[in-house]
Amino acid sequence: MHIVVCIKQVPDSAQIRVHPVTNTIMRQGVPTIINPYDLFALEAALALRDQHGGEVTVLTMGPPSAADSLRKALTFGADRAVLLTDRFFAGADTLATSYALATAIRQIGETFGAPDVVFTGKQTIDGDTAQVGPGIAKRLNLLQLTYVAKISGIDLTGRTITAERRSEGGVQILQTRLPCLVTMLEGTNEIRRGGMADALRAARAEIVTWSAKDAGVEDISKCGLRGSPTIVKRVFAPSARAEKAVLVDFSERAPADALIADLFKRQPKLEDELSTLARGY
Amino acid sequence: MSEPTKAPAASGGSRASTKKELPEHFKSYKHVWVFIEQERGQVHPVSWELMGAGRKLADKLKVELAAVVIGPEGEATQHAATEAFCYGADLAYVVADPLLTDYRNEAYTKALTDVVNTYQPEILLLGATTLGRDLAGSVATTLLTGLTADCTELDVDADGSLAATRPTFGGSLLCTIYTLNFRPQMATVRPRVMPMPDRVEKIAGRIITHPLGMIEDDIVTKVLSFLPDRDSNKSNLAYADVVVAGGLGLGSPENFQLVRQLASVIGAEFGCSRPLVQKGWVSSDRQIGQTGKTIRPKLYIAAGISGAIQHRVGVEGADLIVAINTDKNAPIFDFAHMGIVTDAIRLLPALTEAFRARLSPHSRDRIAS
Ligand SMILES: Cc1cc2nc3c(=O)[nH]c(=O)nc-3n(C[C@H](O)[C@H](O)[C@H](O)COP(=O)(O)OP(=O)(O)OC[C@H]3O[C@@H](n4cnc5c(N)ncnc54)[C@H](O)[C@@H]3O)c2cc1C
Repeated sequence: MHIVVCIKQVPDSAQIRVHPVTNTIMRQGVPTIINPYDLFALEAALALRDQHGGEVTVLTMGPPSAADSLRKALTFGADRAVLLTDRFFAGADTLATSYALATAIRQIGETFGAPDVVFTGKQTIDGDTAQVGPGIAKRLNLLQLTYVAKISGIDLTGRTITAERRSEGGVQILQTRLPCLVTMLEGTNEIRRGGMADALRAARAEIVTWSAKDAGVEDISKCGLRGSPTIVKRVFAPSARAEKAVLVDFSERAPADALIADLFKRQPKLEDELSTLARGY
Repeated sequence: MSEPTKAPAASGGSRASTKKELPEHFKSYKHVWVFIEQERGQVHPVSWELMGAGRKLADKLKVELAAVVIGPEGEATQHAATEAFCYGADLAYVVADPLLTDYRNEAYTKALTDVVNTYQPEILLLGATTLGRDLAGSVATTLLTGLTADCTELDVDADGSLAATRPTFGGSLLCTIYTLNFRPQMATVRPRVMPMPDRVEKIAGRIITHPLGMIEDDIVTKVLSFLPDRDSNKSNLAYADVVVAGGLGLGSPENFQLVRQLASVIGAEFGCSRPLVQKGWVSSDRQIGQTGKTIRPKLYIAAGISGAIQHRVGVEGADLIVAINTDKNAPIFDFAHMGIVTDAIRLLPALTEAFRARLSPHSRDRIAS
């Protein structure tokens, strides 16, 4: 089977700093990583390949340096990497991103064989929207399974997939037809380390690099900033509340019960409410 | 590439133009809609929270507020529609069909896309739940319109555009996003971000029903079964009245027990900042913040939490925020109401004991007598 996994290279969020004066993100020197949510998708794809045979293609859209993340994915065991890079893609919102990725997936299908499953992570740590996966599915007319906790079975002859999908109040066991798009839930597996052979192969592998034109984009105006219906008009730091917190003392002279008395003075109804709650336990 | 389903053709001009040049065919798009989410006969409270936010937008725009109820035929869906009037709806659109009993993307996407194309709202709000995000992404892509996810603030501008504010990328920043030249302007909001409006008893007003127009064979995805969560597995963090949370400042998973002990004495739910989930100290359903739960308790006690923006947006709706932090310059003191600059590892057990003494029925009797 052929599986495509969409990944995104993101700045390591733990290391991001915001410029105190200009309110811009200081990206310089911030290391990049594969969006951690995508690793669950990648591992799920690799496991399916191991079980059913076939190939895993990883795809990313980003600057040329995003090749690093693709190479990393190859060391985990992916078979092929495709980098979609073009200045026309810059500034894309979720709608424009899903257009570019869907177009590239179609091209991957024509070049390397039609995918049976397309995977994405649940969301990214920088954008956090969880909208690109469903967007790709819609554009490719694929069925979608989001928030998947487990793929229970794939029947390549009958062309069906069964999966457990997390919903608000429980788990749906869904069956649908291949090809489909799956967004994988976090914490559902653990990315493998990849062997020596994978590392060697990854180091030498050629990364398929496509411009918008190579990927078959027909309408540049649907890409990047131009293809994005949303516009970021204002970026700003949150304002502090008018008054800052009242700082109260905790010491021998002001022990915890004095603090609590202070608290109940501020919020007179709180004591009754807490007593009721405390009794419930 | 073939464009999915019928979307209004984008009329010339650059999409990213930051000027408002609303194409002619979008000018008839009016009114504010809220998608009413139900699962197994239960309306998700986020839908009523959105009705509160939607009411304000509609009043500002001087337009109507409509609830869109999609679900199986029968009492639950009817009831959801009539309830919507008690939460401020001027009218309700209902798509009721047995095929909509379980949430399935294909059928719900068709139902919502069809009503949007037929009745043309200018703003469409959905809850950022697993269902809402699954649906919003498909509907926005079908309609080729803008969607702003996980908003923390919604407002309308002088020119009537929706200003959707959300935390942005990696830092202590917020951004305001517009969908100037496409309709509807779509946004999702997470549960508890908006306050729950008061329910006011009202009789149902105008209800407009719309057919789904599908048969079971049209829907490829089948629900083989549904395993509801057992209540004991589910934390009630988002809707708790009192929450105690700990952050990295606690230093170790053992010290996190101090948070749990205080929580249990005052009948609170416990929560944490994201790094504790990432370290595996606390399970992910306890995370508070932008990528965890949003809370609106009467009392929130945060111990050893710095107050990063992603945490702040999850707790700002609390009535009273008490922060315990060794650093008097910690950002959390910018939005907490009461701050205690001290070592949480010392204060937490002392608070637990003092609350225990004060709240025990025994001591209450004594005080009363
Ligand atoms: C996309 C994205 C999404 C995110 N989503 C979330 C989210 O949903 N929720 C979330 O919480 N974070 C989230 N974060 C992370 C967020 O940016 C912060 O890194 C995180 O909230 C910090 O956690 P913390 O306050 O526990 O740790 P720190 O920032 O390390 O703060 C520890 C605090 O403890 C204090 N301290 C130290 N010792 C003591 C002591 N003995 N007693 C009392 N105080 C002490 C320190 O002064 C410090 O203020 C997100 C980040 C990104 C990039």
